[in-house]
Amino acid sequence: MAYPAQYRYTKEHEWIDLKGDVATVGITDYAQHELGDVVFVELPKVGSKTVAGKSFGTVESVKAVSEIYSPVAGEVIEVNNALQDAPEKINTDPHGAAWLIRIRVANPAEIASLMDAAAYEAYIADKTKEASA
Amino acid sequence: MESVTSPAIIELRKTPLNALHRRLGAKMVNFGGWDMPVEYPSSGGLLAEHRAVRNRVGVFDVSHMGDIRIGAGRKPGGALAAVQHLSMNDASRLEIGQAHYSAMLYPEGTFVDDVIVHRLGEEDYLLVINAGTREKDIRWVRDNTKSFDCVVQDLSEVYTQLAIQGPQAVDAVQKLTDANLSAIKNYWFTHGTVCGLKNILIARTGYTGEDGFEIYVPADRATSEEVWARVMEAGCAFGIVPCGLGARNTLRLEGRMALYGHEISEKINVWEAGLDRYCKIEKGDFIGRAALERARAAGLTRTLVGLEMIDRGIARDEYRVCDESGAAVGVITSGSPSPTLSKNIALAYVPPALAAVGTVLYVEIRAQKCKAQVVPTPFYKRPKKAAAPQTAKKV
Repeated sequence: MAYPAQYRYTKEHEWIDLKGDVATVGITDYAQHELGDVVFVELPKVGSKTVAGKSFGTVESVKAVSEIYSPVAGEVIEVNNALQDAPEKINTDPHGAAWLIRIRVANPAEIASLMDAAAYEAYIADKTKEASA
Repeated sequence: MESVTSPAIIELRKTPLNALHRRLGAKMVNFGGWDMPVEYPSSGGLLAEHRAVRNRVGVFDVSHMGDIRIGAGRKPGGALAAVQHLSMNDASRLEIGQAHYSAMLYPEGTFVDDVIVHRLGEEDYLLVINAGTREKDIRWVRDNTKSFDCVVQDLSEVYTQLAIQGPQAVDAVQKLTDANLSAIKNYWFTHGTVCGLKNILIARTGYTGEDGFEIYVPADRATSEEVWARVMEAGCAFGIVPCGLGARNTLRLEGRMALYGHEISEKINVWEAGLDRYCKIEKGDFIGRAALERARAAGLTRTLVGLEMIDRGIARDEYRVCDESGAAVGVITSGSPSPTLSKNIALAYVPPALAAVGTVLYVEIRAQKCKAQVVPTPFYKRPKKAAAPQTAKKV
């Protein structure tokens, strides 16, 4: 699956799509593949604050629980409630319909420190090499 | 997302099918020191593998399991006496060609390991043991059979063990062997030609709560890969898929089968684990028996129960279980979504007073207390085979 060029990426495998001061956040295709069949999603309430690098929710597959870390600081303005009944969307459309939350970002410049698509693809290529070594 | 894998520090052990799993693109994990497939994206992943076994057939590489043979010494009787001393079930009841579930116990009545005991011959037993406890088990068997007239052999490296499981396993395996599989009852076994290999152990056993077979073939890589390929070919018409340890775990949990290090361990005794029916106190002395008699007289302080989540949330291994007042009363030993039941299920140790079916308990999931209730186990029981059509009775 292609990694959209306009997104930025974290080492913990979240993506962020910033438009103005509103950012959409999800987990990457690599992350969903590592997790396997996603069966449960726990997301924050609208109005709660996010802190860069701190967990805002969890995604669970049959066999594992995974914390999701916020790429930036801000306030949650929208939550993808459709995932509650259809968490498997995270496996099929992680970069699109299965976004997790929208945040009003405190400092949009903060995302400059995150990886762009090319850097992220190189990063996961390294991980994949490690795993098959 | 948190990184799931950590760099390997020690060299992991590999089964003869390791290269094949990697060629198939399996996701590999460290399981008790073994590099094992957890799921195969090419099979559709864990859920698809689980469903294949419940509805059709799946194949697992379980060569990481160990095998200990206890054979005849110079005089008759020694091998049986050794097995009786080591294991809690009554091996004197086994006929040749029959197997049973049992366990080796510490003098405290707690678990060294659970085992399947097969009676291969008059004075010949095969104990199939867990991967993570292989070295401990073989040492335990050697140390505790010194005074018995028997021969102990570690055959763990001799076999590649494949588990072919599911309602159509019998049809798939039958294509590969001259043995009449319909004549083998559950927990019995035979020896037959499989894929042209002579004298192969074929057992109607498994760890999935489903019908199925486990076959023990020579462990060299070429033979192992050839047999795997033939099993896949034979199962093709039935929709066979390779299955990993992920599905093996959800399948065994639905069937309430114990996993060493979870439901049973060196800290848990037989009564607590609810394995009474495999423990034959009346058969005579065995390691752990005296402690178990004392434990029975003293009464249980905890017992294993099945839980079903009422609130949203998945109970996981080691999560705390609380009562209505919020006090911690127990712990989850295994928890997972149940693919067959579409519910979140778990096994937990709780005080006997809170073990009745219908009792409401709370599982602490990330600081939230989520409601659950005690339910009967096994969570899943395979449907009874439709009775053979009866011929009309003539009056």
